[in-house]
Amino acid sequence: MGWNVGDTHETVVVDDLKRTQIVQYAGASGDYNPLHTDEIFATKVAGYPSVFAHGMLTMGMTGRVVTDLVGVEGLLKFGGRFTSQVFPGDTLTVRATVESVEDEVVSFKLSTVNQDGTEMFSGYAAPKA
Amino acid sequence: MVAERFPIEEGHIASFARSIGDANSVFYGPEAVAPPTFVQSSAQWDADYPLRPPVGGEWWGSGREAGGRPSYGGGQSGGGGGGGTGLHAEQHYEYARPLRVGDVLTATVKPGKTWEKEGRRAGKLVFSETVIEYRDQNGELVVTARGVGVRTEKPVGS
Repeated sequence: MGWNVGDTHETVVVDDLKRTQIVQYAGASGDYNPLHTDEIFATKVAGYPSVFAHGMLTMGMTGRVVTDLVGVEGLLKFGGRFTSQVFPGDTLTVRATVESVEDEVVSFKLSTVNQDGTEMFSGYAAPKA
Repeated sequence: MVAERFPIEEGHIASFARSIGDANSVFYGPEAVAPPTFVQSSAQWDADYPLRPPVGGEWWGSGREAGGRPSYGGGQSGGGGGGGTGLHAEQHYEYARPLRVGDVLTATVKPGKTWEKEGRRAGKLVFSETVIEYRDQNGELVVTARGVGVRTEKPVGS
């Protein structure tokens, strides 16, 4: 596929995140931390406003945009930082921008933001061109 | 996460793909490949994974009471029920090839660096890095996962 520097794709990966999806991710990933699965624990014991999503759920949803764009076979690198917490009710949009195309490798910058434009995940992906 | 044996299974990949809202057909069926963050679920194959209620053991989530103690990792920095918590700060993967149904991986953990920082909102932050190498049934390195965790003194966020 021909990629050009500056190419940008925006995808809404979840609209109004439900607590049940967080529990679904807990079950699939095996991470049942009550901060993600137990509203009473998260609020009364840990002092958070509610349960919140695993960072890896946000990264997993971000990865969906990567594999939709470039597939799974040629992916070399995928990573990033969790910059803010994702709560139930949030809507997440992933913006993937081509930063460079060099030596048969495409470098994408990834930014996952919530409905207020706050960045939740800041990352990168590098598939073979 | 230390999974001595991590078999890549069709049903596990399907449930994982559903949980991230991904309907891509490459993740479903007997020939499925795994989504790029799938090795996170190797926790299922870690016999001592601390973030899963242990069979017959104690769990600190709510039941009759709101819960027993701060979440995993929090006791070390928060202490005293202060709500300090262990959180995931970064995750990085390098891939040699996609994982496929039928692969059987082994994980090797290499402790990485540890460092501290003073946070604006959450007090002292202690970062620690872990590198996990996943090898396939032929001993080939297929995925390298570098994670950074952070422990905070106070809850973060709004």
